[in-house]
Amino acid sequence: MATAVSVVMAATPLLLAAIGELVVERAGVLNLGVEGMMLAGAVAGFAAALATGTPLAGVLAAALAGMGLALVFALLALFLLANQVATGLALTIFGTGLTALAGQPLVGRSVSRLAPLFPEGLRELPVVGPLLFGHDPLVYLAWLLVPATALFLFRTRAGTVLRACGENHEAAHALGHPVRRVRLLAVLFGGATAGLAGGFLSLVYTPMWVEGMTAGRGWIALALVVFAAWRPWRVLAGALLFGGVGILQLHAQGLGLVAIPSQYLSMLPYLATILVLVLIHAGPWRRRLEAPACLGRPFLPPS
Amino acid sequence: MSRLVVERRPRPSRWLSWAAPPLALLATLLAGALLFGLSGHDPLAALRAWFVSPLASLYGLGELGVKATPLVLVGTGLALGFRAGVWNIGAEGQLTVGAIAAGLVALATWGTEGAWIFPAMLAAGVLGGMAWAAVPAELRVRLGVNEILVSLMLVYVADLLLKALVFGPLKDPEGYGFPQSRLFDTPALAPILVPGTRLHLGALLALAAVLLAWAFTARTLGGFAWRVQGLAPRAARYAGFAEGRIVRLSFAVSGGLAGLAGALEVAGPIGQLLPSVSPGYGFTAIIVAFLGRLHPAGVLVAALVVALAYIGGENAQIEAGLPEAVTGVFQGLLLFFLLAAEFLVHYRIRRRGPAAAPRTSASSAETAA
Amino acid sequence: MTETVDGPAPLLELRGITKRFPGVVANDGVDLAVRPGEIHALLGENGAGKSTLVKILYGVLRPDAGEIRIDGRPVAVTGPHHARRLGIGMVFQHFTLFEALSVAENVALGLDRWPERRTLRARLAALAERYGLDLDLAREVHDLSAGERQRIEILRCLLQEPRLLVLDEPTSVLTPQEADRLFVTLRRLAAEGRGILYISHRLEEVVELCDRATVLRAGRVVATVDPRRETPATLARLMVGREVREPVRHHPDLAGAPVRLAARGLGLPPDRPHAVPLVDIRFELRAGEILGIAGVAGNGQRELVEALAGERPLPAAEMLELDGRPVGRVGPAGRRRLGLAVLPEERLGHAAVAELDLVDNALLTAWPQPDLVRYGTVRRRLVAAFAAGVVERFRVRTPGLRVPAAALSGGNLQRFVVGREIAQRPRVLVVDQPTWGVDAAAAAAVHRALVALAEEGAAVLLISRDLDEILRFCDRVAVLYRGRLSPPVPVGEVTLERLGLLMGGAGFAGRGTVVAS
Repeated sequence: MATAVSVVMAATPLLLAAIGELVVERAGVLNLGVEGMMLAGAVAGFAAALATGTPLAGVLAAALAGMGLALVFALLALFLLANQVATGLALTIFGTGLTALAGQPLVGRSVSRLAPLFPEGLRELPVVGPLLFGHDPLVYLAWLLVPATALFLFRTRAGTVLRACGENHEAAHALGHPVRRVRLLAVLFGGATAGLAGGFLSLVYTPMWVEGMTAGRGWIALALVVFAAWRPWRVLAGALLFGGVGILQLHAQGLGLVAIPSQYLSMLPYLATILVLVLIHAGPWRRRLEAPACLGRPFLPPS
Repeated sequence: MSRLVVERRPRPSRWLSWAAPPLALLATLLAGALLFGLSGHDPLAALRAWFVSPLASLYGLGELGVKATPLVLVGTGLALGFRAGVWNIGAEGQLTVGAIAAGLVALATWGTEGAWIFPAMLAAGVLGGMAWAAVPAELRVRLGVNEILVSLMLVYVADLLLKALVFGPLKDPEGYGFPQSRLFDTPALAPILVPGTRLHLGALLALAAVLLAWAFTARTLGGFAWRVQGLAPRAARYAGFAEGRIVRLSFAVSGGLAGLAGALEVAGPIGQLLPSVSPGYGFTAIIVAFLGRLHPAGVLVAALVVALAYIGGENAQIEAGLPEAVTGVFQGLLLFFLLAAEFLVHYRIRRRGPAAAPRTSASSAETAA
Repeated sequence: MTETVDGPAPLLELRGITKRFPGVVANDGVDLAVRPGEIHALLGENGAGKSTLVKILYGVLRPDAGEIRIDGRPVAVTGPHHARRLGIGMVFQHFTLFEALSVAENVALGLDRWPERRTLRARLAALAERYGLDLDLAREVHDLSAGERQRIEILRCLLQEPRLLVLDEPTSVLTPQEADRLFVTLRRLAAEGRGILYISHRLEEVVELCDRATVLRAGRVVATVDPRRETPATLARLMVGREVREPVRHHPDLAGAPVRLAARGLGLPPDRPHAVPLVDIRFELRAGEILGIAGVAGNGQRELVEALAGERPLPAAEMLELDGRPVGRVGPAGRRRLGLAVLPEERLGHAAVAELDLVDNALLTAWPQPDLVRYGTVRRRLVAAFAAGVVERFRVRTPGLRVPAAALSGGNLQRFVVGREIAQRPRVLVVDQPTWGVDAAAAAAVHRALVALAEEGAAVLLISRDLDEILRFCDRVAVLYRGRLSPPVPVGEVTLERLGLLMGGAGFAGRGTVVAS
């Protein structure tokens, strides 16, 4: 049961970041800056929590920091029509540098962890207590985002318009849908969730600030979206799978059962990501891998 | 009632495409000065420490060459690949594996003489980089797996591999337990070009790479094919340029050059294997490639500029007390401004005369409805 | 040019609409009026400014000058939502549909108020019955035929009860029978008092269907006429403004001519989502022959061109023979060296690279020619001379050889790429939609070049959606339907009706089967 709890914990940042990127990509935008936005969220969340003493302020700051970087991305990629791949990379490089700079005074400090959501009575229920009620609000938010995103995308007008912008932006424009505004909002949402994912790391998971502490989770989240074939529920499954791999590796290291150096075990999440990408491209699911048709393509409305 | 409208230029502006990189650089400097000012440093002193003092000595100039060498090598390879629409983002990993391969040669021959050792290290570095790059290349060609994600994941794997080795089997037996290898023997070190500096043979190899890449892009059918592949993949297929071969070759070239850069780092300025052999050259080279507008000659100039920023960063840390992380901020800013400047090359903003404006109140009501 | 108004007051009036783009005036002081109950044709050749005018009317583009009046009141159409509120419905030439979405979602995306699923179904069913347009709401668009797709667009418009319906080249993707069905629907709509603006360059159908016609040439209105008193020939003169000499094809006797290109059971599975698999395609193309392949867009034309060009190798070499030699496994350059030239439909991004100049675009397919490349290096001077020759011989209007392909008009770029292939003296030339979207003069130039090439003894395969083009220039014709090809027959032995039925799938084995995706 403790393992299940730790898998949920490890899956949460991946889930948050990936569900946001899924919405972004469904709108036809490829933002490779997830890692940078996560770092920004981690450092801003930690700093705000430290300054105010309230972890909840940290959560808010984390989301806002992610959105701030996302806004820069949107400005360049949506309004100045810059190459989305290059802009996303720039966002990650910038985010890495900026957070290393801004985070220097924060190294070695500690904050109080974000408190669990439910009262102690519920949390200490035998067996199911810790797993169902033991988490902090961000975990529940992450899990709630999955059905919420699925409902939004496939059952509401706004969600349908968002998917339409990702499928055929010229047609969406011709029908009068504001393609760039839709994409801007999607990118900001992706920034907020990536920021929250970073905030979860620095406020709950570790909780402290270490330079580059996301350790590639942003990139794994990007792979997760591909793995999930742009479907919310599969993102959840993928996040649990990757979270599980991470926990497996930690356990193996901790127990010292295996006589291999820790570095090799630490490679597991990255190798697993590659393996999963290979499997979904090679397996019988291959023909289901349909990216939104306008993914990564710049759009200039005719005037 | 005039409006500003954005329209695509019939063809890219030639002068702006030359002016864009310097403009972006200037904007970065201004933004940097602002940043220093806001963080309570004297902006002028900081910029001086950054961009002027490193060039004031022969040793400083040599260091410029030392830092620029890996950036030129990696940047040239990446620029060629980016032109072909091949997104090798994992050059940092290929560089690391090149360093490991070269280091293995150096450590295996430790204590022996032979003029072949240094060339063999370079060859091992190239092959190591190529092998690491072959993974994303094959996965993309055979299965259509996104090469960005695979090459990037392998950066983390390569980094952990290097650490596993220097913490483990390659640890210096006489090194008091520090995670580092033996210091390489003299035959395994890169020859120094200018006495009194650390400028090594790698600088000449980097120049050679630029010239070869230039000839390839400007003169050969292969260079043309790569360009078509990058601009219009369907047209490339129609013309008979095999995509699979272009992807494999471009990964081999960029991976090989990154591996060479890694080999030269450990044979040159570092002289042993450490837990980390690169301050992110593989990622910075992405910026170098774009700053150089994906042209080999441009990459050379861009690498020198970015190398200066690196040394300046270290210098500013000492002289002006600025944190080293500022370098990363600078790099990100530079890339942002470059991408923004690119907009002006391809688009223009035009003021347009009044649109058909309704003249009666009835129609305004209609509009408002 | 105005005429006296002799009916009810106009529903829509355009006055002096002007729109400039960099380098061109697309609309220059255009006046036009549509009355209730009228089917009004907007005529003009490609590039005359019809689509621009329609986009202005729908609020997708803003005019630089001029006025739009609805029911006599001037309005500024701020966008498609506004246009729909004003009672304007639009059926675009390039469908505004979303392949991966369901029919219901596609319909809903064109409505201003999000419909309840159940009411939408009921309303659509009622409309479908009234106008004879039936649709399955649950299907995704990518398995629908072009005719069915157009029905989505039309139903989507009709749900809003528009008073003015605008259709941009609606029959270009339909079989003749589907077009007749559409005309019935349009007449019914007009009889209800709606105005219809019907944009076309197909003159026969304008004469048959429309009550009035406004003719646009180079962005200006040159005439407003009653098409029932005109003939296609008089309308063509108004539209083009000058005599365009189309060549005359004399069908040669091909009995003894050698077979140049033969497809022997050519098949190719799909390589991407929504692609059409090619199944058992058979034809023999002889020296001196022009063989036409008709068919509605999206029935495998693109896949056939890729297969013939060698962009995708065939499963077996024997599936395609060139001069008796199996070439199914030979790549594009190898086939070109053997004398097979192919010109795909899409000019920018496939047949030419938008960003590259004309010299580089000449090199794109000419590089396997001897001399242009030596030891892997490109001999730029020779390539430039080759490109200059093409520009001169095929009268490509361009400011120079160093301009990017994207800067040329559709007609001029088509002259260039056709010329590029013909200048390499192919023994077999395959062309896909060679006159799609080009002006009349360029179309005639392309036709002349194809006819002359055949007369010199080369074999030509002409893939086209335009039945007029096929019947006029081809010796034999076959129809492509869902990746299968009907047996070729001499054009003298087919009727338009028979072709139309074939294009709709009648007579094909396994009709209506959609390969599971």
